[in-house]
Amino acid sequence: MEAQTLQLFITAIFVSISASLLGSFVILKKMALVGDALSHVALPGIALGLIFHFNPFYGAFAALLVAVIGVWMLKYRTNLPLDTLVGIFFTTSLALGILFIPEPDLLEIMFGNIAALSLNQAIISIVISILLIAAILIIHKKLTLSMLSEELANSIGIRTRRLEFIYLIIFALAVALGIRFVGVLLMGALVVIPPASAKNMVKSLFNFMLLSVIFGIIAAISGIYASNIFHLPPGPLFVLSSSVIFIFTLLYRWFKK
Amino acid sequence: MQILKVKNLNVKIGRAPILEDINFEVNRGEIVAIIGPNGAGKTTLFKALLDLIPYEGKIIWKPKLKIGYVPQRLDIDIDLPLTVKEFFNLRDSKISDAKITEALDYIQLDNSVLEKGLGEISVGQRQRLLVGWSILDNPEVLLFDEPTADVDVYGQESIYKMISHLQKKFQMTVILISHDLNIIYKYSNKVLCLNHRNLCFGSPELMLEPNRLKDLFGEEKGFYHHDHKH
Repeated sequence: MEAQTLQLFITAIFVSISASLLGSFVILKKMALVGDALSHVALPGIALGLIFHFNPFYGAFAALLVAVIGVWMLKYRTNLPLDTLVGIFFTTSLALGILFIPEPDLLEIMFGNIAALSLNQAIISIVISILLIAAILIIHKKLTLSMLSEELANSIGIRTRRLEFIYLIIFALAVALGIRFVGVLLMGALVVIPPASAKNMVKSLFNFMLLSVIFGIIAAISGIYASNIFHLPPGPLFVLSSSVIFIFTLLYRWFKK
Repeated sequence: MQILKVKNLNVKIGRAPILEDINFEVNRGEIVAIIGPNGAGKTTLFKALLDLIPYEGKIIWKPKLKIGYVPQRLDIDIDLPLTVKEFFNLRDSKISDAKITEALDYIQLDNSVLEKGLGEISVGQRQRLLVGWSILDNPEVLLFDEPTADVDVYGQESIYKMISHLQKKFQMTVILISHDLNIIYKYSNKVLCLNHRNLCFGSPELMLEPNRLKDLFGEEKGFYHHDHKH
């Protein structure tokens, strides 16, 4: 295998692990669509990066961060439902992004392009992924408890708002990382489908997180592999592999009953 | 021994006053029931007691008191990927199996429940489990927010029996919110009637008089009267 391809595989695997782990909690929180929509908010940040010639990853991360903090603050200030706020942020940023992103770049941003990954970018992606994975593993118990009941978590001294804030920052980083691979439109799939598939098969939290990660890795490897063979863009294939896995787990769920 | 004193407690959410001038005391080993219509501020009072929301006035707990809390319900899916054992571990990952078995024993659940999914077991079992979870840390006080709201009549009775048993065994103090006047009459030592204001505070016999209930709930609850002339 060429060094370039190997580098691609390894990076995709790490990014996929962090996205799947993050997604486990998106699914636990029953926020699949909210998470998906929120990931599109990266668009205007990427546009700024392209217009002013800085790394679009930083733009994406900044835009996501502004959006998640904005949503977080408005949620507590206004008591508006989360999906309403996210819906507004999402469509507004989509509109801004489409206006400002130069047309030749639009397709790549919408659907990703991992072939263009440099060694430096690969290393940064892997390091950030490892940090994210560690962060999620550290907070996962508190996070689960606060998703079951905020008051219950509070009663044993967990500061749920701060925890939610940390979780949103992890969300922003993981999504900004994944966007390079599958693009803005398909990023939600990377986060949501592997854990949704895992949930069809398991009963325990441990197995749920483990299986999400395994499905994420399988989707990453098979997506890139298929793209090499068929000379098709890897992003959509990445997502399609996930969808195929989901269908199998759904059959498992049916037959189990 | 007094373990809680609430004095001139006021809570506002936004500009709306939810609780006004609430006063009561709780002594060790008592079962105090908080009753009142929906929206009376019962859960808000709990949140203030747990120090989760800002308030004015005084809430004085005995120093270094351990408080356990049992929520009204967990809003979870039937296929939530979390086993009962893992649910215990969320509280403390180093908790020993012996300790878990002990807790299960108190709440009269079998060890086989540990490998089941938290969403899979019955509502009644889950409410018991929440009680077991909250007593892991050996709290001196337990706060129950309508622990039986979703449980059928038989389940309710058995949960209250269990609470009463725990209270006797450990001299635990219990503060509970309930709608069920029969249960309150049977198990509590003191009743706090709440409707934004503290309408009454005292023994259940005294407080559950029909006129008081009328004040609290309006007319329709008066028919409960006959249940209380034991």
